[in-house]
Amino acid sequence: MKRVVITGMGIWSCIGTDIDEVRESLLEGKSGIGIEEERLGYGYQSALTGIVRKPVLKGLIDRHLRRGLSEEAEYAFMASAQAFKMADIDEKYLEDHEVGCIFGNDSSAKPVIEAARIMDEKHDTELLGQSFIFQAMNSTVTMNLSTIYRLKGVNFTVSAACASGSHSIGLAYMLIRNGLQDVVLCGGAQETNFYSMASFDALGAFSKNMQEPAKASRPFDRNRDGLVPSGGAAALILEDYDHAVARGANVIAEVTGYGFSSNGTPVISQPSDEGCVRAMARAMKDAGMTPDDIDYINAHATSTRQGDMFEAMAIDKLFHGKHALISSTKSMTGHECWMAGASELVYSLIMMQNDFVAPNINLDEPDEYSACLNIARQTVHTEVNAVLSNSFGFGGTNSALIIKKFRQ
Amino acid sequence: MDRMEIEKKVRDFLVEELEIDEDKIFPEAKLKDDMGIDSLDFVDIVVIVERNFGFKIKAEEMAGVDTFSKFCDYIESKVN
Repeated sequence: MKRVVITGMGIWSCIGTDIDEVRESLLEGKSGIGIEEERLGYGYQSALTGIVRKPVLKGLIDRHLRRGLSEEAEYAFMASAQAFKMADIDEKYLEDHEVGCIFGNDSSAKPVIEAARIMDEKHDTELLGQSFIFQAMNSTVTMNLSTIYRLKGVNFTVSAACASGSHSIGLAYMLIRNGLQDVVLCGGAQETNFYSMASFDALGAFSKNMQEPAKASRPFDRNRDGLVPSGGAAALILEDYDHAVARGANVIAEVTGYGFSSNGTPVISQPSDEGCVRAMARAMKDAGMTPDDIDYINAHATSTRQGDMFEAMAIDKLFHGKHALISSTKSMTGHECWMAGASELVYSLIMMQNDFVAPNINLDEPDEYSACLNIARQTVHTEVNAVLSNSFGFGGTNSALIIKKFRQ
Repeated sequence: MDRMEIEKKVRDFLVEELEIDEDKIFPEAKLKDDMGIDSLDFVDIVVIVERNFGFKIKAEEMAGVDTFSKFCDYIESKVN
């Protein structure tokens, strides 16, 4: 089996649009949540959302390569450009080598809705233009990135609800570990336009604490009232260790474990502590690690009562009495949904590189399930050698990833 | 709509919507070879022309329309 290392990462999120800015936000416990008033006019119950800067791609990419990019694919391009740069992979390298591309994405609502509106009005597909099809498919991210960078390796999208980004990294890890790919660009992307989250808002799952946006996302806190939707993109370069050494790449960390499971329960929106435990345990077995080896758990906890409760129960089952610090960075970012598994691995890598654990902000009063957990309420300056990152999604899909500091 | 107005409208959308350099737009400029307009661009041009000139381009009428000047001729024949 090959060893799999991370040689590049990039991020475009509501807490920063490069690694340095995100590191500062994580250290300070800075929230990226704000208000988008238009949501209320559109009919949302809550106007809260992560506020993500729109990238300017004109001048960066030729129009012919740009026209098929959806909102989330634009974010993914910005994150991928950072990741390739950090990994010291340039156009010449991509031309001469087989590099794969796997991203997590589970919607592209805006082009779907805009195209449907034109069809409702014109009843003529010739008046739609050419770009909607390349923007509207879930695979918009991987089809565009693979075209822009002229990639020649594996090329597909993982749709697994809020675990999409995490599974994409897990699959890239498995392909490299088994010798099927040397280098894979992987990650997750999430649109933030208000078309995309209306049906999620319909469930009443979003916080309505619009008076204090920075306090709205409060995972594990007794007084939470729901999650805050957010988005952007995160990208990682996963690479066969021998291949990285041969080309003189800088190794950031090693991916050592991937665990997955399905809840096997009959309620589509209900998490399961048993399902979470099986994914985490599988990842630890894969990594050859025990709960004692984990220094930090980046929890999936979204700030909903049910989700936080089941994860707290699951973590307590595996990590009761262990030293691992826990935080949900969603307290700052909101729920980055399809991208979350990838962005939270980037946040964890930043913590690992800079010897700190980012805080679970807004945790004023833990609920009865999280009170027993070792949750970091403030930034903790400590060595972080091994991280477990959880991602869970609708339909019972669970993913857990383990990364550790690289040692020969 | 007079010829000058048609040419200005076409030039404007080629520059603004298709991001073609102004210096590449001249009467005998080839749509494909000089301006870099590809088959997918033509799918968008159908939409843009409908919006700007109020008619829908028919593919079979575009045979032989390969320069800026001929394209403006075609539009002129349809709008007047």
